[in-house]
Amino acid sequence: MKIRIGTEASQSTDQVPDDWFNWKKKDKEEAESVARPSMSYWQDAWKRLIKNKLAMLGLIFLILLGFMAIFGPILSPYSVKIQDLPNQYQPPSSDHWFGTDSHGRDVFTRTWYGARISLFVGLMAALIDFTIGIVYGGISGYKGGRTDSILMRIIEILYGLPYLLVVILLLVVMGPSLTTIIVALTVTGWVGMARIVRGQVLQIKNYEFVLASKSFGTKTPRIIRKNLLPNTMGPIIVQLTLTVPSAIFAEAFLSFLGLGIQAPHASWGVMANDSLGAILSGNWWTLFFPAFFISFTMFAFNVLGDGLQDALDPKLRK
Amino acid sequence: MLRYILKRLLIMIVTIWIIVTLTFVLMISIPGSPFNSERGTNENVQANLEAHYNLDKPYHIQYLLYLKSIATFDFGPSIKQPGQTVNDLLGRGFPVSLELGLVTIIVAVISGIILGILAALKHNGILDYAAMSFAVLGISIPNFVLATLLIQELAVNWQIFPPATWSSPAHMVLPVIALATGPMAIIARLTRSTMLEVLTQDYIKMARAKGLSPWKIVVKHALRNALMPVITIMGTLLASILTGTFVIEKIFAIPGMGKYFVESINQRDYPVIMGTTVFYSTFLIFMLFLVDIAYGILDPRIKINKKGGE
Amino acid sequence: MEKILEVKDLHVTFSTYGGTVKAVRGVNFHLNKGETLAIVGESGCGKSVTSNAIMRLIPDPPGKISKGEIIFRGKDLTKLSEKKMRGLRGVDISMIFQDPMTALNPTLTIGTQLKEGLQQHRKISSDAAEVKAIEMMDLVGIPSPKERLKQYPHQFSGGMRQRIVIAMALICEPELLIADEPTTALDVTIQAQILELFEKIQEVTGVSIILITHDLGVVAKIADRIVVMYAGKIIEVGTKREVFYQPEHPYTKGLLNSVPRLDLQGEKLTPIDGTPPDLFSPPAGCPFTARCPFAMEVCDKVYPTGTTLSETHQVDCWLQDDRAKRLLATTAATTAEK
Repeated sequence: MKIRIGTEASQSTDQVPDDWFNWKKKDKEEAESVARPSMSYWQDAWKRLIKNKLAMLGLIFLILLGFMAIFGPILSPYSVKIQDLPNQYQPPSSDHWFGTDSHGRDVFTRTWYGARISLFVGLMAALIDFTIGIVYGGISGYKGGRTDSILMRIIEILYGLPYLLVVILLLVVMGPSLTTIIVALTVTGWVGMARIVRGQVLQIKNYEFVLASKSFGTKTPRIIRKNLLPNTMGPIIVQLTLTVPSAIFAEAFLSFLGLGIQAPHASWGVMANDSLGAILSGNWWTLFFPAFFISFTMFAFNVLGDGLQDALDPKLRK
Repeated sequence: MLRYILKRLLIMIVTIWIIVTLTFVLMISIPGSPFNSERGTNENVQANLEAHYNLDKPYHIQYLLYLKSIATFDFGPSIKQPGQTVNDLLGRGFPVSLELGLVTIIVAVISGIILGILAALKHNGILDYAAMSFAVLGISIPNFVLATLLIQELAVNWQIFPPATWSSPAHMVLPVIALATGPMAIIARLTRSTMLEVLTQDYIKMARAKGLSPWKIVVKHALRNALMPVITIMGTLLASILTGTFVIEKIFAIPGMGKYFVESINQRDYPVIMGTTVFYSTFLIFMLFLVDIAYGILDPRIKINKKGGE
Repeated sequence: MEKILEVKDLHVTFSTYGGTVKAVRGVNFHLNKGETLAIVGESGCGKSVTSNAIMRLIPDPPGKISKGEIIFRGKDLTKLSEKKMRGLRGVDISMIFQDPMTALNPTLTIGTQLKEGLQQHRKISSDAAEVKAIEMMDLVGIPSPKERLKQYPHQFSGGMRQRIVIAMALICEPELLIADEPTTALDVTIQAQILELFEKIQEVTGVSIILITHDLGVVAKIADRIVVMYAGKIIEVGTKREVFYQPEHPYTKGLLNSVPRLDLQGEKLTPIDGTPPDLFSPPAGCPFTARCPFAMEVCDKVYPTGTTLSETHQVDCWLQDDRAKRLLATTAATTAEK
């Protein structure tokens, strides 16, 4: 039991009872409890992320969005494709929660279907970027020397290519479809990821603990898996969360140029583009819902990315 | 420094060559002839095109002649606009797009930097949160959505600014806001984060320990270092503004190159697509080159590093 | 001896999202004119915070001098306006930081950085400032100073940069120099050179020095008096001789035992087990209790008042109490019986 007596250091020595002058029982547990509970890097990062309200808002939104993208179209009684021209431009009502579009299709259903396509494009682009980037950047950074300088020259050249112009060019040739859009987006998209991975690997490969495992004769793949990867993940995860919204944006941009997903399929970009004129005639809902979901998804990924960046970089701790 | 410039120059040339080659591969890989009459080309134009691209010759000769025509800045005739060459379209459209782009970049850079610095100096204050919320919104809202909103509210509902075309400074306001908001938000966030990092550096503490005034510390010590990363992303930003002009010009009916380019994509007017792509890519790659050189001049550490061959 | 600086009951707190950190908790010490005072302790014990508080360089928010006085030449620095304080920084009190690699702005020539302090505080022409800068470069031992003024920091080695930082701190001829771990980031051989430089500049300029360090080797070389800090409190003060040869606080003893010494060859090094307490909620009693081999029940409950051992030597420890001495004696007797 602890007795707090007055304020510290204001106590006169004489007032301290004599029987307190006894050896304190050595309590091992207490000595250890003084130290703060140690947490793993990931636990610590997670704790910091949870504290970031904006990032959590983004995360929750994305989880709900993912759920609706999967189940939304199933839950709705309307079809994505079937047109119902007599019912065109119905404002939001209890029948059509988000209203109907120029072809009388239910915007609510199409919004979740669009979420499916947009998220699929975003996630696939991120996944492919990630895979190529990790392999390329990892090899470049880890091997170093000649390999590195050749691989880096290639990257420098690719990096100079104007991303969207190349994508446009490729889609003009290949013709727009879900697959070709993803291919076009990733043809030069992985370069950024490869650069980050290489930077991380270079920084960490000379750390003492890697040298230590090397001197124990650990094989290269094991070093990469056990030592390099966990320590390089932070900026890579952040880059991933930022790749998804930029791919979603690029898809919307391509829809605008007529190079996006083709009708009757719908992505948010296609829906927004189809409705650009509609808003002027007062049918705001046809643009509002896809535009809102593009914007809010980009927002969610951005704040989540920011939150992860703060959470995963201990240097930024305040 | 010279070595550094030469290296950048070489990379620039290779990149341009890749783009040119890519457009050529595009042309020959389109099924059938890209210029045949099925696409509604009249015979006169078709003959012109076949002559320009030397379609009667083998591929490698075609390729060399194509390189030569690009090098002499001759992008050939348009399919859909009879009697017009791609050069004519560029000559008419590019100055307008350049004007839009330049005004946008100036607005974006100045307002972005000011916003970023204010946010960093008032770190965790109300101004910081306000500026950064604004920036996150700016990054999240696609420019075509913003453009439509602006037209709907400021042009149609409130009638403060004209909704379309490009004839007076008032016409510039909405397209520039729509186009500049995204890049401005990116610059503001970057400036803020580098500024915050720079402000924790020991040399800033040292400057404070010398008794310098806060103003002097920001201007002399922090700003220059904080703006370095902004320079490095200028190339990427230019590219995004340039592709943004495609969308903005179409929405606001601005007679720039972007509008022609979007039309050419919709109509599959291949010579215009190829010519514009090559022209814009070259322009961007050259800008990237200038940015690299500027960075080399501004950061004294680069000279030494590059002299020693990295 | 004339006291140039007196710190009285200084408290510094930092508010963070996890609560308030009480980084410095009632620190008292003074500095005599022309002497070198070393503040020693583990990282996080509040020694750097104390020195930043003297310069009023604590970032506010989150930091705050919540209580106490810092008397410099009769004036309480904690009450000065920021503007008046700015007139003092670099002129009367200067500071040197740990890492010379980061203390210089990479994008400005060292000439610019050397001169700017002078030009800020004195009405002086650029040429005159340059003459003074060259003079200072010469004093800190940088060869061909005139040419090197035009160079950038990355063109200098670590040791050279620290010399430049020292020149920068001394250019306005301050009375007090605070050096925060000035040698930690340097190679051992360079460390020795920099320490010699400190001795030389003190001889030439008569500047008083507060040296913040965790390196007892550095302390042994140039300090006159030593302040030992632990968990935001000063637990022992004395002359170098007193602290090194008659340490009284178990922490001071532990600190000395954990450092290899040439004069005590063959002795075993003993590290101090455990870690310092969390300063979010510092213990009511002596903060060292949990790690102390002589911990008594009283140590947990009440913080010991200072015991004066000599005019210069004070210690905060319950072992100085007569009752503790009796306890020690009985314990020694019982162990001897066994």
